[in-house]
Amino acid sequence: MKKWSRPVKDFLRATRAVAWKDLAAELRSRELLSAMLVFALLVILIFNFALELDVKTRRSVTSGVLWATFIFAGTLGLNRSMAVEKDRGCLDGLLLAPVDRAAIYFGKAISNLVFMLIVEMIVLPIYSVLYNVSLFEPRLLGVILLGSVGYTAVGTLLAAMSVQTRTRDVLLPILLFPVVIPVAIAAVKASGGILQAWPMEDIMPWINLLLVYDVIFISVAFMVFDYVVEE
Amino acid sequence: MTPMIAVRKLVKRFGLKTVLRGLDFEVQAGEFVALVGPNGAGKTTFLRILASLSRPTMGKVRVAGYELPAQAAAVRRRLGVVSHQPLLYGDLTAEENLRFYGRMYGIPALDARIDEVLELVGLAARRRDLVRTFSRGMQQRLAIGRAVLHDPEVMLFDEPYTGLDQDAAAMLDEVLHTVAARGRTVVMTSHDLARVEALATRFAVLSHGVIAASVRRDNLAGENLLDFYRRTLQEGQASA
Amino acid sequence: MTEQPVALKVLNGLSALLVAAALWMVVFYAPLEAVMGLVQKVFYFHVANAWVGMLGFIAAAFAGIAYLATKDVKWDIVGVAAVEISLVFFFIAIATGSIWAYPVWNTWWTWDPRLTTAAVLEMIYLAYLLLRQGIEDPDRRARFGAVYTLLGGLSVPLTFMSIRLFRTIHPVVVGGGNGGEGGFSMTPAMLNTMFFSIFVFSVVFITLFWHRVRLGRLAQRVEELKLKAMD
Repeated sequence: MKKWSRPVKDFLRATRAVAWKDLAAELRSRELLSAMLVFALLVILIFNFALELDVKTRRSVTSGVLWATFIFAGTLGLNRSMAVEKDRGCLDGLLLAPVDRAAIYFGKAISNLVFMLIVEMIVLPIYSVLYNVSLFEPRLLGVILLGSVGYTAVGTLLAAMSVQTRTRDVLLPILLFPVVIPVAIAAVKASGGILQAWPMEDIMPWINLLLVYDVIFISVAFMVFDYVVEE
Repeated sequence: MTPMIAVRKLVKRFGLKTVLRGLDFEVQAGEFVALVGPNGAGKTTFLRILASLSRPTMGKVRVAGYELPAQAAAVRRRLGVVSHQPLLYGDLTAEENLRFYGRMYGIPALDARIDEVLELVGLAARRRDLVRTFSRGMQQRLAIGRAVLHDPEVMLFDEPYTGLDQDAAAMLDEVLHTVAARGRTVVMTSHDLARVEALATRFAVLSHGVIAASVRRDNLAGENLLDFYRRTLQEGQASA
Repeated sequence: MTEQPVALKVLNGLSALLVAAALWMVVFYAPLEAVMGLVQKVFYFHVANAWVGMLGFIAAAFAGIAYLATKDVKWDIVGVAAVEISLVFFFIAIATGSIWAYPVWNTWWTWDPRLTTAAVLEMIYLAYLLLRQGIEDPDRRARFGAVYTLLGGLSVPLTFMSIRLFRTIHPVVVGGGNGGEGGFSMTPAMLNTMFFSIFVFSVVFITLFWHRVRLGRLAQRVEELKLKAMD
């Protein structure tokens, strides 16, 4: 087994601790997940009436409806997960610990990602039952993972910012949506392509774009998170 | 002997507003210093700087022998902080909260240490209960447990009595005295002069961003703390 | 500091003269375009405004990086100035673009990569201003602003790329980009006018930028004096 150096081990330990803490708390209260889930289902319901999801249009709009749902439900989760840290001063508690701030960021990002993936994995079968489309395609799951990674990478950083402002709850979507547009476009296109059985070479550019976005924004968040939490 | 906390000409500005203006402060190992002062004098700001949560604009700050903010990680390892907010997660049990913070600090033999700390703050029986269900006083005791978990050399208390009733406050006194203060260096801010008078070995008055006066309990010479406090503030006003 | 520096006064006059000259060139010097006629004239200022908006956008991103690196308030003032100017100029570019697009493309708006990116940029700027409004502590306001312009600076090129990709895979009916409907070949006189307009608006940009930074400094000075008076 490879021997990690001590700072790396400390970093991973702190990341795991933060993520574990969020998941353990959520597993017990299920406040955040149930809110995200109910909200997601409501969004789908509204889309049903707004778009008249008949058999013909369904094929082409499914990926758009799904991603809009994920993105809206996602902000709910991101907001809540940061508010928990801010409300009882827990953010200070995290910052008082002798760990790298980036480890705190990664811990929060991982738990946010897990929440989002759980919601997505529940929404997908419900959507396929409601609209009689098969969504179980491994490549689609891959795209959903890549899109969610990019979304939570930026979302966690911006939620950490918005929670420290006066207008916190309303600010997050306003900050997040314009910078997350590349993810939205690429994820919608890639998922749509997969669902409509495009040839793989037409889908690849979108997947590459998602990968590029994920790499860039994870690294940037890693570098600037300090500036967001320090005083 | 090198002091446990040494602050030289500390200045802190928020934008253009100067909160601390060239503050000098020293605490020897084992001292229990109460930091008193009117609202807005900069007590919380000062404590947050000592706690490495806020960066000094200018000046030198050393805590437990390490420079802030350059050696913040080393300071954090040796520092326990209790604020008026509990810094605990309501949806985790008492034990889980301690386990989480224990992991953040990388404490060895964590299970044994958690048992020990829960015993010390008198919450062993409630260890599996959600912190959400705790009274304010119990939360504050657990907060002290959280702060001493990694056996810090220096303890900082920021208004720990806020929101506590008399009984809870008395109980906190007890825990504070036996658990947190013993053998440690303590700095505490509080409005409650009577309570502080019984606990601290030295009193420092923070006013207009500087330490206006500091007196050891032995040197109060019959004067009570309240009178000393009032006199200091009045003198400060007269000279200003 | 209260009196405008001589160089700035010279720039004020120069800007006015240059704008007048550019206006003259557009109206009298540049020939009438054969197909589109008079409305094509708006093109010169449209390009120049978009150019200035772009300058401001780049300046804001770099000011953000410079602020995070140095923590010098100067860069925060520069960042705000760049964002505000860029916001206005992009708005003018979008408006002039629409004026041109209506008779030529028969629509006020099209989701062409450039237009859409400009619109997303405007949203990012508005979000930036809302973010700043929600924060009391000037240091934090500057830090968060800098982080956000940095995120925007990275995300917008990706947005542009993704919309471009979107259009190349799915060609649209209404002309997108230069090769589309409404493209035209420029005579030397047209080219001269365009480049001159770009030059003129760059000068206007520098002038406004200078004024805005000066205004920021003065506002800061006022705050300082107020605080001194209160002590």
